[in-house]
Amino acid sequence: MKKVFGRPKSLTKDPFTYCPGCHHGIANRLVAEVLDEFGVRENTIGVCPVGCSVFAYVFFDCDMICAAHGRAPAVATGMKRSKPDSIIFTYQGDGDLASIGTAEIVHTANRGENITVIFINNAIYGMTGGQMAPTTLVGQVTQTSPYGRDPKTMGYPIKVAEMLSTLKGVAYISRVALSKPAYVVKAKKAIKKAFQTQIEGKGFSLVEVLSTCPTNWGLNPIEANKWLEENMIPYYPLGEFKTPEEVS
Amino acid sequence: MGEKMLMKGNEAIGEAAIRAGCHFYFGYPITPQSELAAYMSKKLPKIKNATFIQAESEIAAINMVYGAAATGERALTSSSSPGISLKQEGISYIACAELPCVIVNMQRGGPGLGSIQPGQADYFQATKGGGHGDYHLIVLAPSSVQELVDLTMDAFDLADKYTNPAMILGDGLIGQMMESVEFKERKKIDLPDKEGWILTGCKGREKNYIVPFNLDPYEMEKLNFKIQEKYNKLKEKEVRYETINLDNADLIVVAYGTVARIIKTVIDNAKKEGINIGLIRPITLFPFPEKIIAETSEKVNKFLVVEMSLGQMVEDVKLAVNGKVEVNFYGRVGGVIPTQSEILTEIKKYLK
Repeated sequence: MKKVFGRPKSLTKDPFTYCPGCHHGIANRLVAEVLDEFGVRENTIGVCPVGCSVFAYVFFDCDMICAAHGRAPAVATGMKRSKPDSIIFTYQGDGDLASIGTAEIVHTANRGENITVIFINNAIYGMTGGQMAPTTLVGQVTQTSPYGRDPKTMGYPIKVAEMLSTLKGVAYISRVALSKPAYVVKAKKAIKKAFQTQIEGKGFSLVEVLSTCPTNWGLNPIEANKWLEENMIPYYPLGEFKTPEEVS
Repeated sequence: MGEKMLMKGNEAIGEAAIRAGCHFYFGYPITPQSELAAYMSKKLPKIKNATFIQAESEIAAINMVYGAAATGERALTSSSSPGISLKQEGISYIACAELPCVIVNMQRGGPGLGSIQPGQADYFQATKGGGHGDYHLIVLAPSSVQELVDLTMDAFDLADKYTNPAMILGDGLIGQMMESVEFKERKKIDLPDKEGWILTGCKGREKNYIVPFNLDPYEMEKLNFKIQEKYNKLKEKEVRYETINLDNADLIVVAYGTVARIIKTVIDNAKKEGINIGLIRPITLFPFPEKIIAETSEKVNKFLVVEMSLGQMVEDVKLAVNGKVEVNFYGRVGGVIPTQSEILTEIKKYLK
């Protein structure tokens, strides 16, 4: 019998501890599959954040380092400058990247550091119990926006992909979603393109991955997928925002 | 090697670091140490595989150091008091991850934005941890530009030897002044192999991971004990200090860095008036030279601690003296440097 699906080599045998329906499981697997397909697992160093995916250091079977909250792009910069032939990726959530880490992501992108950032946008802070994130939608109820996000006092949600793609130093930026199989296939293509950008030395790449957080959204996984498609995608359109022409 | 040059303190640090094999500098401008960043920005691009980055903030800089150190490189960052405050979380991570690196603090008057003139009010921050958690920096306090050079090179060795971050605690005066410096031939020391833990890609081995974190409190405690053992070894083996005129002293001054230089003049001037002052100058602030202070307090019953602070190192002196004799304090702050005459006047008060 032909084996058509299996655990990628770049994932360890440890079972995921993410919540049922959490898209970290899919995203982790897609990144691992891409590392396998490029055959770079043994040359890769991953930087995991503070947030639910802090445990990525357990699940990825490559050298891993845990960064302080928001600082993964700076840690990645230090590593890539030291080991320019290694493949360096960060895996960050919306609090890590778009709140405390805004300076680091903007300047790492601006310097055009040749790293890949996987940005998981689930419009909420998961690990700490469901507080508002910079990407929480207007009117969305969270633990720290109990009356719904009010733009007058809390500002509007930040469109990271669009914002970073205005920087000249950026090579590849796209936004994808994981709420249905067709999107998952496209997401993998985008992640592959991002790593290819790094492998070809073309510069900074980032994939913003719209994801669900059923636990903190208070929805079951199916409802959460629906909520993402009906609410997040209209505000955070999918697609490529910057591509270097030569990356196929 | 063996060449004598006239160098500004801040630039001498850079030259010393490069000669110590440090090719990764991440910094941010802040008075009174920006010359170090400027020096590195000129020198490092001329060296193969070296990196200079003016980071977006002091926070980003310390995290870049964390990354470079994790891959086995000697990495350096520098700042002055307010910027060192920003680095504390990053330093705590580096200490917990048991990584080597060197951090330079050219202290200025504080607190807050403070002043741009020299200070010594970051002693607590430097020696008691500074960031959260039970850890310490190896802290070296130079008092001349030559010593700045020697201690910078020592700092990289000590950091590697104990896989712990090290700090050069200078101040605005030492950073700005120009003195004759000699880059001498250094003795090769035995340093532990980094191959077992550095992140280089897991080819041919199991993955390595650097994670300053453990959800199991008993494992976290074990890690704390392991790190603490290093500090016990440091206290045993790496204490450094200078003593002057202890034997005939009527009063002992304890001072470090720039203040210690001033005290040396005070000692000479006091002698002319028939007053015998001794000096204990800690060179390692962590590990602190408690023993020499304790031993001296058996023979001399008057201590005066002089700092450019409102009294930080004096607490460690008092602990070392352990109540045997009186320990007094004199300090100037906010960037003010005490003069040798005001210090001598103060000393005389205790000799009446």
